[in-house]
Amino acid sequence: MSATSESRIVFDYLAEAVFAELLQGEELSLNLSAEDQVYLRFNNSRVRQATDVLQRNLKVTMQCRGRKFEFTYDLTGEEPWDLATLRSLLERARREVQVLPEDPFVVPMQDFGKSDQHHAGERPSYEEVIECIASSTAGTDLTGLFASGPQIRAVRNSAGQNHWFSTETSFLDYSLYTVNASGENKAVKGLYAESVWDRQRCLASIETSKRQLSLLKRRSHPVPPGEYRAFLAPAAVAEIIGMFSWGAVSYSAWKKGGSALRKLIEGETSFSDKFNLKENFLLGLTPRFNSLGELPPEEVTIVEKGLLKNLLVSSRTAEEYGVASNAAETGGWFEEHLRSAEVMTGELAEADALQALGTGLYVSNLHYLNWSDFQTARITGMTRYACFWVENGEPVAPIQDLRFDESLYRIFGTELESLTRESQIIPATDTYHRRALGGRKIPGVLVRAFRFTL
Amino acid sequence: MKTTLAIKPRYPDFDIQRALTWVIPEADWVGLRFVQEHTHQRTVRNQRPEHNAVSFDRGVMIEAVVDGQIAYAGTSDLSEQGLREAARRAASLARASAPFKAMCFSEQLRPKAQGGFVSPQRAGLDSQTLGEFTDHLIAACRHLKVSDKIVNTSAEATLVETWLRYVTSSGTAIDEQFLLVSNNFAATAQDGTESQRRSLNGPVARCRQAGLEFFDFELLYVDCERVGRQALELLAAQNCPDETLSLVLAPDQMLLQIHESIGHPLELDRILGDERNYAGWSFVKPEDFGRLQYGSKLMNVTFDPTVAGEFASYAFDACGLAATREYLIRDGLLLRGLGSLESQSRLGLPGVANFRSASWNRAPIDRIANINLEPGNNSFDDILAAVERGVYMESNISWSIDDYRNKFQFGCEYARLIENGKLGKVLKNPNYRGVTVPFWNSLKMVGNRASHQVFGSPYCGKGEPSQIIRVGHASPPCLFSAVDVFGGSK
Repeated sequence: MSATSESRIVFDYLAEAVFAELLQGEELSLNLSAEDQVYLRFNNSRVRQATDVLQRNLKVTMQCRGRKFEFTYDLTGEEPWDLATLRSLLERARREVQVLPEDPFVVPMQDFGKSDQHHAGERPSYEEVIECIASSTAGTDLTGLFASGPQIRAVRNSAGQNHWFSTETSFLDYSLYTVNASGENKAVKGLYAESVWDRQRCLASIETSKRQLSLLKRRSHPVPPGEYRAFLAPAAVAEIIGMFSWGAVSYSAWKKGGSALRKLIEGETSFSDKFNLKENFLLGLTPRFNSLGELPPEEVTIVEKGLLKNLLVSSRTAEEYGVASNAAETGGWFEEHLRSAEVMTGELAEADALQALGTGLYVSNLHYLNWSDFQTARITGMTRYACFWVENGEPVAPIQDLRFDESLYRIFGTELESLTRESQIIPATDTYHRRALGGRKIPGVLVRAFRFTL
Repeated sequence: MKTTLAIKPRYPDFDIQRALTWVIPEADWVGLRFVQEHTHQRTVRNQRPEHNAVSFDRGVMIEAVVDGQIAYAGTSDLSEQGLREAARRAASLARASAPFKAMCFSEQLRPKAQGGFVSPQRAGLDSQTLGEFTDHLIAACRHLKVSDKIVNTSAEATLVETWLRYVTSSGTAIDEQFLLVSNNFAATAQDGTESQRRSLNGPVARCRQAGLEFFDFELLYVDCERVGRQALELLAAQNCPDETLSLVLAPDQMLLQIHESIGHPLELDRILGDERNYAGWSFVKPEDFGRLQYGSKLMNVTFDPTVAGEFASYAFDACGLAATREYLIRDGLLLRGLGSLESQSRLGLPGVANFRSASWNRAPIDRIANINLEPGNNSFDDILAAVERGVYMESNISWSIDDYRNKFQFGCEYARLIENGKLGKVLKNPNYRGVTVPFWNSLKMVGNRASHQVFGSPYCGKGEPSQIIRVGHASPPCLFSAVDVFGGSK
């Protein structure tokens, strides 16, 4: 039996057992995150670490008398033992809700319906993957991570809702390294991701990356700090869009003084009318239901023609501030965040991007972003990977990594010249605790001026 | 019956020595690392309960060696069948990857070790009731709210109990137990579109190996009122100037400076290139050890897992190597990297006992643990007196550094102008930027032991698959000359 099927049997067994045992006034929600993954780590085209992880993590939320307590534990997969542990923790939860003060913003559990999605994939044998990657890239200095296997998210609650999402995909997230004529290390970033592993398509992805290395081998072009025209490729724009999930478009963060886009939210300023941002679950990158089992609208417009249309509002935030919820996911220091962001495309053909740039910087990737001036939505970060100096529409040479310091209001506002007609799906490859789901659909962006400081 | 903070779930029995006998036949060499960790998160916001959650992690990572290659399999199924199956998966991965291995395993990389460690504590989780502890957090929020302009207060406590056991087919048996505590108390002030956040030493910088005695609430309340008032001061303050000035960093910012510009670049697995696809490489080259003048002569940096109560102290690392204090940098000269026995054997360089994994579901890699800047001879007043014009910064709020750990930019919550040797007006939105080696060579004064403080972080991220691990950093305040400082936009 597959890990997905086994997980479902255990999850349903536990849910039905404990829902039947609830006392008067108690509400319970069970939230399963599980994966059966192989992680292969490569360095210099050799296998540095190979790890197999089978994990099933169950979060249980107990609500009673306006109090709430959560606990999470690792399922063994042995039903009687998992139920015994769950029962012992439920006893603790009952004591917690007797002692804790009332939480006025607890949201009563509801039946948000039922859904069942399974996206079948074909998991390759790791023997084949190891041989393919190591053999085909020998001598090219590939470093990266291959991950493959089923991922599960499921939510049931005592009000009757029951949502299941499972998917099987693989990705190879890699970098190819070389040394250029200036004696500097240079690299190009690549990603191959599919539900059915295809050796030829994986090799084609690596070959495309290898071809980019030739330009990187040229002597670096010196770029002193200053302002330059810049074309930001989709992967670089995706990093910047990630900052919108650091509280910037969260209703709760805004009310607590934690949104860097306060001036946009309160109508003091705006982005360019070319900039449109939405949460789009139709991309199919992540289950639509959130960790409470709530179903947000298929699309939530955040910014339309440069103006704020909606902030992300969780049901708890809605309860606290008396506003309507759009079933946003919340949690952590940054409150509500985007799970499936899409930046709408523009008019610039990707093939014409360098010509439109003229002379300036082509930025493939950005790295390690953070706020530089929270009040003005200024961010800092570094260029990374295949970034080039471009003259008269022709890439001339790679650059040394530069630190930028620039406001979101300039990147997507006063300095935004155009967005590309095409956009790229950039799936999440995060693996903290477990493989992430979700991603972003992002076009390239041409800006008239981008500030570099170091 | 009183409901204390202590929780004892009902778990299936687990005997790790017996489990070892189940899996030994599956490979040429086998190790089992059992992790059980209870993480209690108690958060109060604006005097109301916000988050009461406890996670119970429990599982085993099996290490299996076949044909000179080691591979791993993590499972929370601790039955005989579950562990045998995991061992077979690990052995199969090792067999498949052996022809393409990056390193040949030998038993010298897992030295036979026996021993234990118990972190220091005076008051366990059963010494306080849940009700009393929650009341203290509520009171902390009350003390943070010193004005109606304080729009948000939060008091967050994290209590972690960890049990680690590691056994191998070559006779290692290690048993370590930890109680780890941290807090994050903060106030946000707001006036118009301006908002300023101030916390106790930056987010979760206050973290230690200790018991509930760490939460001395009477002292915490005094600190809460201070940072509440400072959040208001920041609302009315001028921006930090854009100038090249002397910079004095408080120990709670030195923690971040040490972490990002000493800790990470000295990791030997970074230098070997393992991290190039995610966390990054390092500007440090193997030939720099023993030769590179990393900082000024005042710079002395140790890897020290022996400091009682510091956040990342332990007796053995994850391969069984006994953890000892070592100088990484002495008189500014780079001596030693942060590398486990595996990295040491791959590079032919000395390292330290820093092979660590975040939990049972991750394989160990080279990690920062306790990295400390050793005290110098100057009091804090001596340092200030040496500055004609400069900026003093406290408590990290923003961090960014390139993937070779060269060009950094860090921001702080709170700053004061220094003029003619005295602390002057409060400055908001303070930032500074620099390049690692020139910056450390601009180190002009190092505070004495009396000014030395111990902090840390629960959130050091690295690795593929990624892992978050705890680190400790102790430092006195330090003076750097000619640093580019700047503030927010007008």
